[in-house]
Amino acid sequence: MTAPRTVTAAASPGPGPGPGPARRGWRAPSVIPGFGPTLGITLGYLGLVVLIPLAALVWRSTELGAAAFWDLARDPRTLAALRTSFGAALIAAGVNAVFGALVAWVLVRYRFAGRRLLDAVVDLPFALPTAVAGIALAALYGPQGWLGKPLAALGIQVAYAPAGIVVALVFVGLPFVVRTLQPVIAEIDREWEEAAASLGARRAQTVRRVIAPSLLPAWATGFALALARGVGEYGSVIFIAGNLPHVSEIAPLLIVIKLEEFNYPAATAVGVMMLSISFALLLVINLLQAWNRRRLTDAR
Amino acid sequence: MTHSPVARRSGGRRRTRRAVVGLILAAGTLMAPSLAGAPAAQAATPTLLNVSYDPTREFYRDVNAAFAEQWRAETGDRVRVQQSHGGSGKQARAVIDGLMADVVTLAVPVDIDAIAHHSGRIAADWRTRLPHGSAPYTSTIVFLVRADNPKEIADWDDLVRADVAVITPNPKTSGAARLNYLAAWAHALRRFDGDEARVRAFMSRLFANVPVLDTGARGSTTTFVRRGIGDVLLAWENEAHLALRELGADAFDIVRPARSILAEPTVAWVDGHVDARGTRALAQAYLRYLYSAEAQTLAARHFYRPARPEAVDWTRAERLPAMELFSVDAVFGSWSAAQATHFDDGGVFDQIYTPAGKGAR
Amino acid sequence: MPANPTAPQAPPPPTGEPPLVRAGLIAVAMAFLAAFLLMPLVSVFAEAFARGPAAFLAAIAEPDALAAIRLTLTVAAIAVPLNIVFGLAAAWAVTKFEFRGKALLVTLIDLPFSVSPVISGLIYVLLFGAGSALGPWLQGHGLQVLFALPGIVLATVFVTLPFVARELIPLMEAQGTAEEEAALTLGAGGWATFRRVTLPNVRFALLYGVLLCNARAMGEFGAVSVVSGHIRGVTNTMPLHVEILYNEYNFLAAFAVATLLALLALVTLAAKTALEWQRSQRRRAAGA
Repeated sequence: MTAPRTVTAAASPGPGPGPGPARRGWRAPSVIPGFGPTLGITLGYLGLVVLIPLAALVWRSTELGAAAFWDLARDPRTLAALRTSFGAALIAAGVNAVFGALVAWVLVRYRFAGRRLLDAVVDLPFALPTAVAGIALAALYGPQGWLGKPLAALGIQVAYAPAGIVVALVFVGLPFVVRTLQPVIAEIDREWEEAAASLGARRAQTVRRVIAPSLLPAWATGFALALARGVGEYGSVIFIAGNLPHVSEIAPLLIVIKLEEFNYPAATAVGVMMLSISFALLLVINLLQAWNRRRLTDAR
Repeated sequence: MTHSPVARRSGGRRRTRRAVVGLILAAGTLMAPSLAGAPAAQAATPTLLNVSYDPTREFYRDVNAAFAEQWRAETGDRVRVQQSHGGSGKQARAVIDGLMADVVTLAVPVDIDAIAHHSGRIAADWRTRLPHGSAPYTSTIVFLVRADNPKEIADWDDLVRADVAVITPNPKTSGAARLNYLAAWAHALRRFDGDEARVRAFMSRLFANVPVLDTGARGSTTTFVRRGIGDVLLAWENEAHLALRELGADAFDIVRPARSILAEPTVAWVDGHVDARGTRALAQAYLRYLYSAEAQTLAARHFYRPARPEAVDWTRAERLPAMELFSVDAVFGSWSAAQATHFDDGGVFDQIYTPAGKGAR
Repeated sequence: MPANPTAPQAPPPPTGEPPLVRAGLIAVAMAFLAAFLLMPLVSVFAEAFARGPAAFLAAIAEPDALAAIRLTLTVAAIAVPLNIVFGLAAAWAVTKFEFRGKALLVTLIDLPFSVSPVISGLIYVLLFGAGSALGPWLQGHGLQVLFALPGIVLATVFVTLPFVARELIPLMEAQGTAEEEAALTLGAGGWATFRRVTLPNVRFALLYGVLLCNARAMGEFGAVSVVSGHIRGVTNTMPLHVEILYNEYNFLAAFAVATLLALLALVTLAAKTALEWQRSQRRRAAGA
């Protein structure tokens, strides 16, 4: 296995000036080759596939004009839809962060009957078309469904209520947390845990002080990705949400409605709003991670 | 650095390489037929692309087979009609954005108007180019209720009762649902002698009874039939009959209100595309064929109301009960006027659904 | 994580939880997966096989279904390799070097995840549609991008772009650059270093990334639905075909094709399991 280096993250004890305050210019010098080609491929590909098309989106939304854009952004219905989408995605990402981490830990660390099956099932939300997922979940959590019926007896309505949106988003977001954490958990060196234990740390302390910090970056990434994916999800949600304006109408549905009216500028404007909020969320999480990395590096 | 064994690495590499080669070979085998097969099939027979809406799949499958047979008998040539189905508005947008449809057969005339208006690839006077306003078959809105009609739903007024849950798709995303809405509005307009405040109150109460707004007509059917939600489904007559046939004739009944709206699914060839592809004659022959005795009979068999009932072979199809039907133009002036007043952004439908307007007005 | 209640009596193994906690964690994980993943899967399978395996096979062997399967595999076979190359390049650039704007770059890589499928189809319509600046030129040259294979591939590439990079970056970050620097000091070239040092180290993360990328490429519905045109037997991918069948009230066939998609994802997982097993064998042989 690799050297006990997991916790030090990007600390680079090798030759050459390390990262951090010593950097000169916009990038720190390094002996490792390939910066130009790889960054070139990355930027070129990103530009062609992501940035130019998204620029077309932003460009089209400017046809609306600043005043109309602002009115749309303040429209109670837009706000309600954005709140529904972001609120449900936040709750779902939170659920996934807790249970997804648990699932990843159990799948990597323990051996038990059915482990391989469970491991395989985790990818399911990517493979199943979202519409199928929505149909299956609506059938399951609907008033006649296997789970919906007992829940209804308890007075809990899941399908065709905002809770249904959360269920669908937990489904689509789960693999992000599990699959981001799994390789990192597998990489944690047991020697560190043994060392902590031999130094008298109790298991809970080891988990908190040794394991959790090394999982934090991947965990945050998984949470961020699950959140981002949930915000934009459409296919599975429309089958289970109920889609009532102001109650269970999600922002992507609002875009579809604007498109039906041939109102491309308004549709793209709602898209740009969603995009900006998601981008800001992701950027904050990535900056926090970069900051965390530097903090760990400097502490050494 | 704790790891060193070079042998382990190179063994892994060899296996990795083998796996990669295998994957590429597998991908190649899979792609070969699709790359080689597609052009060959297209060169052999002329094709038409019919861009249609959701509920016409079964109907056009039969029509296309019959037309190909008749075309071959007449000209000796083969013809293959490709189908594209989806929500009517979404399909119109795809054609505007460049989907190379030879003919469009959509749910409501506004969708073809939109293509004509936004792309200019259909002549503006398209409704006059074919008989019966380019509507070879029509339909209307009826109620699908649970078996034996336990809630005793008979007419539009029953839909606003407090104990009735109504299922309809969202008029903002579904062309079919716009007719549901307009039919209810027209009923209320007549009932309240044109008192618009009371008509709005009626519509607010009606939509307060809707627990789920699916985005499309078939989604609503599923919600009603498979999920068991709601007491009555507002549906196109042909859809209601199809649901009855496919999903259980014992479990549901069709209730026809005293008066309902005339649904006019319309058809047109796309001038800009048929000229570019050299398929104008074929496309026109195809659409004219929809008025033939055989196609009219097929329409009746699929529970549409044929434009030329006298041509239908009624031994092969079931006659639908006569109903008093009014057209959108008669009540609302025109489709585009109805669209602008009711369904555009901030229109009457949106007002019904503002939190303040809900129920209170 | 719950604290250890039985510590004084029986000291647990230093790097594991006591059996009771372990069983509890497994039970919670299983219950969670059952409610959110297994039961939907079971209900889909149950529908697909409601009338036995013969009906299932008949639904899949139908010509339109076969055309959809072929198209889906073709699209994945183009989109996945593109994103592997991109993912490796991006992960190398991001994790082996320190430069300004890195967080921004990573965020841009993540961005396609957060774009609604409705939008990720629409952007290509805005770019290549008949009403766009490029549209008339494309049409004049007889190039069909939208409502044909290129458009479907583009939308799929967009949706699946982050997967490989996103799996590699956290791991390569955790691994640091020391091993590569050591190899370079010993005189290995850059390419050789990548192949012999980096690639074996990240093999499993790469594999995860490819699996997820592939699964999502085959399963994507929303974005592809916008750019496909839904022409039966020509531009219908498997997920779109599922929708069509479902809308035809042909539930059995719809769920049969959906099941096949799930199985295709599971096949790639079997490959992963085999590789993992190989590695454990090798490690045992090497005595590590």
